[in-house]
Amino acid sequence: MEIMDKLALYFQFPFVRYAMVAGILIALCSSLLGVTLVLKRFSFIGDGLSHVAFGATAAAVALNLTNNIFLVLPVTIICAILLLRAGQNAKIRGDASIAMISVGALAVGYLIMNIFSKSSNLSGDVCATLFGSTSILTLTRASVWLCAGLSMAVITVFLLFYHKIFAVTFDEDFATATGTKAKTYNLLLAAVIAVIIVLAMNLVGALLVSALVVFPALSAMRVLKSFKAVTICSVLVSVSCAALGILISILAGTPVGATILAVNIAGFGIFSLIGLAARSG
Amino acid sequence: MPQLSCRDLTIGYEGKTVVSGLSFDVNAGDYLCIVGENGTGKSTLMKTLLKLMPPMSGRITAEDGLSSNQIGYLPQQTAAQRDFPASVKEVVRSGCLNRCGMRPFYSKPEKRMADENMEKLGIAALAKRCYRELSGGQQQRVLLARALCAARKILLIDEPAAGLDPKAAVEMYSLIKKLNDEGISIVMISHDIAASIKHASHILHIGERYPLFCGTVSEYQQSDIGRKYAGLGES
Repeated sequence: MEIMDKLALYFQFPFVRYAMVAGILIALCSSLLGVTLVLKRFSFIGDGLSHVAFGATAAAVALNLTNNIFLVLPVTIICAILLLRAGQNAKIRGDASIAMISVGALAVGYLIMNIFSKSSNLSGDVCATLFGSTSILTLTRASVWLCAGLSMAVITVFLLFYHKIFAVTFDEDFATATGTKAKTYNLLLAAVIAVIIVLAMNLVGALLVSALVVFPALSAMRVLKSFKAVTICSVLVSVSCAALGILISILAGTPVGATILAVNIAGFGIFSLIGLAARSG
Repeated sequence: MPQLSCRDLTIGYEGKTVVSGLSFDVNAGDYLCIVGENGTGKSTLMKTLLKLMPPMSGRITAEDGLSSNQIGYLPQQTAAQRDFPASVKEVVRSGCLNRCGMRPFYSKPEKRMADENMEKLGIAALAKRCYRELSGGQQQRVLLARALCAARKILLIDEPAAGLDPKAAVEMYSLIKKLNDEGISIVMISHDIAASIKHASHILHIGERYPLFCGTVSEYQQSDIGRKYAGLGES
């Protein structure tokens, strides 16, 4: 009962409620495209994008923007489209350009933070941006609304284009050959991935973003066998891991992002065991 | 007017010519087999016909009304599909996508058509099974059912028997023949010359850099190249 009392006390603070709401929404939409990302070999793009988002965040801090999402989001979307184009062009090595853009953004971001930061706790700021230690707990009411709006947009796009996303992920050549504009949908996917990365950065920080996207899908794929079931299951896994992770981090005072991912890793372990048992049994 | 017609086509990629001087027609109801050794550009030709890559020169013209959303395509399997979590039903239905336009979901007739095609290819019982757990022959049938959902007039098929055991390969060829008898034109890549001669109506034999033969099966069997390769295929 002591734990419940403690939780009830914490949930009287609005910032804790905001964190819970935003965390669950972010977990929901970040897991939607996990399967596509894993199977299209886009996971590395997600990782590269999170570094870009870090660089953009640093620039926003240097520019003293009140709400950095208005700079970070467009920059990340543009980079997502550029990276996707590079990946499709056989003449330029996709992985090399991703390494260039992502690590470059990381370095420049850290440099900008070092030069322009007025904060006395620079390494704390950098750490917060990379590992998201506190940002989810400092959300204002406005940013929760923004977060909710973007999540709704992601979910709407996903539902409207569900079958197209399936077709383009399963077999891009077939989709193109039979008259589906796969290139357009790839661009759409890249833009949605960018939105998800920027959103999820608030929750777990730049370095841990791609894991948040990929883990629930990988867990669900261990056990389930249809695209629909895997998608629904990874949403459920992601949301419950995020909720559990936030609760644990509030109670134990651990960093939010790392705790959520630890719960996700545990979930992956459980699903792997279930998958093994199902196959052998 | 032919459904598909190529005139003096040169194909290749990254600026390198693979085959030049290709001219052939596919008429309604034809069964054209494209044969030739590995690396002679059969798959490149198919990708060019499907508009997945542009021709280097020459023309591909399609009959009026034969746009890419009336073509069915049975590709060789890719590695990504082998670990894709998808049920048979989901895969087959995705063939209907080109009928949807901007509509986000499948309509009742489209779902019914997917069911009928699964029935036709004998995979209705597998509808709920996971695609990646099926045998090679069953997977090919699933992809063929998907291609049928997309095809209204013509099916392009890339090595349908690759990786299949002999029995499954024979079944696959007779299924394709059955579809052809029902009126769908077939353009198929194969390196099984014996099976091609048995089922096809026309043969296109591609050699290194230029086509060696193009005509009907009986003409092929009387030609020098046909006698040489058909003999090899039987031995």
